[in-house]
Amino acid sequence: MPETLQITNLHVAVEGKPILRGVHLTINRGEVHALMGPNGSGKSTLGNAIMGHPNYEVTEGAIELNGQDILAMDASERARAGIFMAFQRPMAIPGVKMADFLRHATTNVRNPQRKEGEELIPMRQFRKELTAKMEQLKMDVEFARRYVNDGFSGGEMKRAEILQMAMLRPKFAILDETDSGLDVDAVKLASQSIAAIAQEQEGGAEMGILIITHHDKLLEYNTPDFTHVMMGGRIVETGGVELARELYTSGYDRIRSSYPEEAAVEDEMQQAAAAAV
Amino acid sequence: MPSTLAFTGFTQEAFDAFLAARDEPRWLVDLRRQAWIRFNELALPARNDEEWARTDIRLLKLDRFGFPAGEILDGDMPHALLAEGVELGGSTATRDSVPAGTQLSEKWASQGVLFGDLSELVAEHGDLLRPYFERRVVDPHRDKFSALNAAAWAGGALLYVPRRVRVEQPLHAMSALSDGGVDLNKTLVILEEGAEATFLTETASLAAHGGGLHCGSIELIVEPSARLRYVNLQNWGDAVWHFAHQKAHVASRGGIQWTIGALGSRLTKVNQHVALTGEDAEAQVNGVMFTQGRQHLSYNTHQHHLAAHCRSDLLYKAALQDQSRTVWRGMIKVDRGAQRTDAYQRNDNLMLAATARADSIPGLEIEADDVRCTHGSTSGRVDQQQVFYAMTRGYTRQEAVRMIVEGFFQQVFDRIPIESVSEALGEAIGRRVRAIGEQ
Repeated sequence: MPETLQITNLHVAVEGKPILRGVHLTINRGEVHALMGPNGSGKSTLGNAIMGHPNYEVTEGAIELNGQDILAMDASERARAGIFMAFQRPMAIPGVKMADFLRHATTNVRNPQRKEGEELIPMRQFRKELTAKMEQLKMDVEFARRYVNDGFSGGEMKRAEILQMAMLRPKFAILDETDSGLDVDAVKLASQSIAAIAQEQEGGAEMGILIITHHDKLLEYNTPDFTHVMMGGRIVETGGVELARELYTSGYDRIRSSYPEEAAVEDEMQQAAAAAV
Repeated sequence: MPSTLAFTGFTQEAFDAFLAARDEPRWLVDLRRQAWIRFNELALPARNDEEWARTDIRLLKLDRFGFPAGEILDGDMPHALLAEGVELGGSTATRDSVPAGTQLSEKWASQGVLFGDLSELVAEHGDLLRPYFERRVVDPHRDKFSALNAAAWAGGALLYVPRRVRVEQPLHAMSALSDGGVDLNKTLVILEEGAEATFLTETASLAAHGGGLHCGSIELIVEPSARLRYVNLQNWGDAVWHFAHQKAHVASRGGIQWTIGALGSRLTKVNQHVALTGEDAEAQVNGVMFTQGRQHLSYNTHQHHLAAHCRSDLLYKAALQDQSRTVWRGMIKVDRGAQRTDAYQRNDNLMLAATARADSIPGLEIEADDVRCTHGSTSGRVDQQQVFYAMTRGYTRQEAVRMIVEGFFQQVFDRIPIESVSEALGEAIGRRVRAIGEQ
């Protein structure tokens, strides 16, 4: 049996407002899933709900990792269980060096039972591994001495997220618009890096990946086994790589006319969001 | 033991007995008597005094305390945090203002460095020290606390470094306080022209929840082209009353780096004052504060530019937990003749609880017209998005909050070149930080 991340009939509300309205999605390790859909359709909400963000309230449904319910786990426990998300807008932590941040994170994720105050991975071993990963990602070693995401450019943040994924070696990774803010060459490098990381997981099992994107470039080296279209808080259609191609060449008109109910909800959500701004 | 610390208050009779028990030069006794008169004339500061408006000491009962007793009851001393892993050139200690031993490496003693208990050294080197006492760097008549210290100081530390002697190894002083005890230490540092030294001082209670009274003074005299690094870690028990006047005089081309770590006490009221008295002098002042429970820590800082071409740079950072409170009042004063002054002051506060409170009151008083003086202050909370982000990387909530707090202080630590200091402060703060709930 492959390891799976299974989402069943997931309903999520933010500040009492329903955003996800019954999402079904099953990801096996080794599979690449693309999640597409208009802005505000609920893609990032799905990512945040999987990671356990306290502001995203699951009102119905289940998220299971290998059959085990993870809804009662906090974000830290989910990370230690092997779930990772590369954020669209990662947070800055001034005063904390990337290397120190990652050494602690890597220690915790690799030793899920570690208690606070117990030893970290030996510095030398960690440094060696971090330097190797940074070389792979063509990152300057100076990067490790900078404060986490503090004053990073958009591109640097995204590369830092990929570096973290490489170090933490998750079973399942959600990449939330990891291509946004990157130029063409940077997206290509990101796409290659993700594919390489996905294949070099420990124990031979590859990562399961959920790629949230509007474009095709990130998928260049990560051909999706499945493409899902989200609209109005639901996955309305699932296909193969050809569906992703259709969406980024022809847009969402066909989807909208095929699923008028979800399209109407989508419009309502968009209007509410616009009014809130 | 608390029962043996039975004080009779600061009475005339007790003061006469205190003086009689000491064998001190005449001029010093005269200084003490003058201050004692002033002490009796002055009332405790009241809240209608602007400087004390935010700091309530109505519960302080001075008559529950008294003059230092003169003997140490047992051998216990607190663990010296700043000395961890440091090769010291010397160390000295007091407990309840009573000398508890001094060591000074022969290397420095042979070059004329004087170091140890101030009351012992003043008896031996009265003529040398007299002019420095008479400079009254801290004004004994400033308030009731400065008068009390000037009248009744006991124990304390002296560091005297002769011309051009560079003491490369840090020196360390510990002032310890028993539960319910009294500490009236006075610290006097004199760096003669071109001298250099690093002095690490810490004040600590024997019991984490210990009480007592500390009424102290610190005088730092930095003569031309001398350089002093001075660190003071205040780690009193959380029931201690802590009052202190601390002042540095920095002469031309001299420099001071002065770092304060404030963790303890029930209530602190400190006046920290740097006077740049000669041209081209500089001062860097660093403050690291962590408060919790119902602690109240109040710091008045003063950067006084008396001469031209001087630089001063102050950064105070505080993190507050529970119902604790900090007050920072900062003043940059630039005298008429102090042209081309470059002065900066900044205070950042990190609130770890909605019930904590930080008052931040910067001030400028500038009489010269060609100066650069800037100030800033910020107050913020630990961002729950940062906590979540760190948790998605496997940090527990507690670890995440602790890391964010440490990061907040890193900017100050980056300025302190003495590793044992930032490590001791970082660890002490890390131990105190508790996770804050989801909001």
